[in-house]
Amino acid sequence: MADLVCIVCPKGCRLHVDEENGDAVTGNACPRGAEYARAETRRPTRVMTSTVRLTGGRYCRCPIKTDAPVPKGKIMDIMEQLNGVELQAPVTIGQVVIPNVADTGANIVVTRNL
Amino acid sequence: MQDLIVIGGGPAGLAAAYAAYRKGLRDILIVERDRELGGILNQCIHNGFGLHRFKEELTGPEYADRFIRMLSDTNVHVMLDTMVLGITQGREVRVISAARGYETLSAKSIVLAMGCRERTRGAIAIPGDRPAGIFTAGTAQRYLNMEGYMVGRRVVILGSGDIGLIMARRMTLEGAKVLACVELMPYSGGLMRNIVQCLQDWDIPLYLSHTITNIVATEGRVSHVTVQKLGENNAPLAGSEIEFDCDTVLLSVGLIPENELTRDAGIRIDPRTNGAIVYENMETSAPGVFACGNVVHVHDLVDYVSAESERAGAAAAQYVLAGGPEGAADQPERATVELVNGDGIGYTVPQKIRVENVAKAADLFFRVRRLYGESVVEVTDGDAVIAAYRRSQMAPGEMEHILLTKAQLDRITGNTVTVTAKEA
Repeated sequence: MADLVCIVCPKGCRLHVDEENGDAVTGNACPRGAEYARAETRRPTRVMTSTVRLTGGRYCRCPIKTDAPVPKGKIMDIMEQLNGVELQAPVTIGQVVIPNVADTGANIVVTRNL
Repeated sequence: MQDLIVIGGGPAGLAAAYAAYRKGLRDILIVERDRELGGILNQCIHNGFGLHRFKEELTGPEYADRFIRMLSDTNVHVMLDTMVLGITQGREVRVISAARGYETLSAKSIVLAMGCRERTRGAIAIPGDRPAGIFTAGTAQRYLNMEGYMVGRRVVILGSGDIGLIMARRMTLEGAKVLACVELMPYSGGLMRNIVQCLQDWDIPLYLSHTITNIVATEGRVSHVTVQKLGENNAPLAGSEIEFDCDTVLLSVGLIPENELTRDAGIRIDPRTNGAIVYENMETSAPGVFACGNVVHVHDLVDYVSAESERAGAAAAQYVLAGGPEGAADQPERATVELVNGDGIGYTVPQKIRVENVAKAADLFFRVRRLYGESVVEVTDGDAVIAAYRRSQMAPGEMEHILLTKAQLDRITGNTVTVTAKEA
């Protein structure tokens, strides 16, 4: 039995996962909530966002994200890897910065045109 | 003479301008004081934007880019680096910029989309020293995400607004130790999902019904804060002191709609929202002047800002296409229903509805004043219940939205209706 708050959207549904009963999820207002609850109890993941160094642009930082959720436990490893990254302007939204980051299958991509 | 001048190029202004263009206006100008469009979205690098509007999860800059791209396919004109100094009810707009100096512009309609700013330490009077190391959360967010400055290493956050929660996670990712998030109220001011993914994910304790009662400086920088539990009437309880050694305090203690222009123009303000009083189409007390987004009331979600602003932009277009002030003068006076806040309701937007102007349904946004479990929201006209909505829970930190259909509105006989929240 696990009670959690859904973070898929800002609605914040109170979810209940019944492990005794094939991980049946209740309290979700949409199918994504059920999916989140099962993933959260087995292998929690998050989309991670941060910035990397940028030269030659309007700002000295460029925002990035993982283009898919990554395991929570790998987030700090990924932050570590981002420290070594330096981009040269211009950069465009969706441009891949690190493919398959930390072996997660997700790419680090640029989230702003600079 | 412009058809429409939009003041502010953040999410509200962008959506309003685009909607007005879609409705057929062609002389549209956005005036923006920053050197780029997008407003606060540019520093909100986290994800979670756009789930309603675009059915995907975007970051702030990506969400802004969607609207900027939509506008780039139009002839909407943008003045950057330009400050609006004043507006008049006759729809003159006085602006100043380094490039063009002082100018007086005029428009058939105006959309106010100036957004809001953060409450500062001065607004909440924290005792103690006045050293470096105290930032509003949004300022720290801009420093970190755009300018590339790490503002501190050991952080205490006062207030549990969404920006503070987002910054708790952000500072942690960048290697800072966030020692505590301290909230005066017995509940969080931010969204539940941010409590989970920004505090609980990183084991950051949330102290409800607590506040900072002293800030101590060493050599001009924050070195220590005292946190205390609050008793009756929010009086700090002796003996409840928790001491934190820290170099930084972030304040996430509320947002203030930025309405100097609105007030100076003599447009009526609602003391509950600190924003303009608006009708169902986001028109203010000045005909042809509309307002939308955080300058009207502080939203939790940019998606709702966009939706509200699209209504304001569309209404401005309709006003201009119907002949502007001359056209409006020919219209018969419309009966107005005023929304009265009953038990548990902090405010409503709009505050007034002209029923005849509503085509299908009127959007109604409100916040409750305390936590509610299973509850019902009622809209009543005297003893008659016009509409009722069930909720499994409500909190002041989460804006509520209901729709009043034309059929429901047509049943109103008086000139006020009361919105009430009560336990089911």
